[in-house]
Amino acid sequence: MTAFRAMLGRELRLALRGGGDMLTLVLFFVIVGAIVPFAVGPDRDLLARIAPGIVWIAAFLAMLLGLDRLFRPDHEDGSLILLRQADLSLSAVVAAKLIVHWLVSALPLLLASPLLAMLLAMELETFWRVLLSLAVGTPALAAFGAVGAAVTVSIRRGGLIAPILIAPLSIPVLIFGTGSITATQSSAALLFLAALSLMAVALAPFAAALAISSGED
Amino acid sequence: MTLDTTQKQSWWSRIAHPGQFVIWTRPLLWPLTILTALVFVVGLYFAFFNSPADYQMGDTVRIMYVHVPNAWLSQFVYGVMAVSALGTLVWRHPLADVSMKAAAPLGALFTALALFTGSLWGRPTWGTFWEWDGRMTSTLVLLFIYLGIVALWRAFDDQLRAARVIAVFTLIGAVNIPIIKFSVDWWSTLHQPASVFRADGPRMPGSILTPLFIMFFAFTFLFITLQLKAMHTEVKRRRVMTLQRRAAQGEPA
Repeated sequence: MTAFRAMLGRELRLALRGGGDMLTLVLFFVIVGAIVPFAVGPDRDLLARIAPGIVWIAAFLAMLLGLDRLFRPDHEDGSLILLRQADLSLSAVVAAKLIVHWLVSALPLLLASPLLAMLLAMELETFWRVLLSLAVGTPALAAFGAVGAAVTVSIRRGGLIAPILIAPLSIPVLIFGTGSITATQSSAALLFLAALSLMAVALAPFAAALAISSGED
Repeated sequence: MTLDTTQKQSWWSRIAHPGQFVIWTRPLLWPLTILTALVFVVGLYFAFFNSPADYQMGDTVRIMYVHVPNAWLSQFVYGVMAVSALGTLVWRHPLADVSMKAAAPLGALFTALALFTGSLWGRPTWGTFWEWDGRMTSTLVLLFIYLGIVALWRAFDDQLRAARVIAVFTLIGAVNIPIIKFSVDWWSTLHQPASVFRADGPRMPGSILTPLFIMFFAFTFLFITLQLKAMHTEVKRRRVMTLQRRAAQGEPA
């Protein structure tokens, strides 16, 4: 447990002191959301109707953007090899990285979402549901992302391939995420989203660790 | 590909050794090709001349004889890939790697053909090439997963390492595909009223079922033939790569 906590601390320090990565992601999230009105026209009714989908797409893209720093820096400077030989199992290492990844790339998006809600003419009630669905659904996105990053970590151009692999797997998350906002059976969709998140977060560390250890040796 | 051949005891490891596999399956290739061609001729004859036109859809119903076998193969090939992935992860068997790699582009091809023939069929009967129907959407996602796996194979330099990583991803996909299918069905029922797509259709008479079954076997034989050939090619490619590596190191090849 101490090792796990040390791992969490290491990842957090690296993420927080590593410069403006977090701010860049938030900026990207807001800009993607703010670009849509230029493309579809600033019609308030239309925007309000598609706003939940826009927010979800923006969050999905922003989280893809942050994936490359999950394992790649550790792979490049060799610390991933050291982590594999540590007493702490690789799955636990991945779990720690996953938690920190969510904290630094999903939580800021949640905090920034009021800004996007305002720009997209969202009702207050819709906004709360968007926030809830994002909070429940982003762990699943982070988990799928971790698997994709682990699969591609030993490829030099892996950053380009990971999104292609992750996007099809993330479709259920998007369906239930926006379903829990707009659909008629929204509470059922929210429960499905929660189930998906819990399952993905529980299984992803093992799958990602397996992918890393089979790609490294 | 430096396999120790002295310890091959069981019949299974003997026939599954990649070199042996090529040797004992090579004589099968021509008969399989001829068989496939024959079944195709019979099936196409039945499909074109010996089956009735639908009283509503007319002759376009004949697209079904190409469409349904491709749709079946799109899922069957993923099954082959997933089983090979297990072989790669559990036994680290090189033949499983080869089978997994050979199946990926074939699966992508059959899935693309299923979508293509489906949209050709959809145009005259439903009036649209594409509808965000549950089954079509999940097939499209399956195609994306196939293409992602093909892209992954191409991105790795070291094919032995690639096989294990891709096996992990293939199995994750195998777990995820039912979830995607289920979620997409749920999603499309919300958006699209049950109008055009009848899942099981009318009860089929034998005159339609016969050509469908023959075409089904024809396409499955086609897959087996192509898969064997692709596996042979892959085994040879790996042998060439090993020889090149040895030559580059200055050892006697």
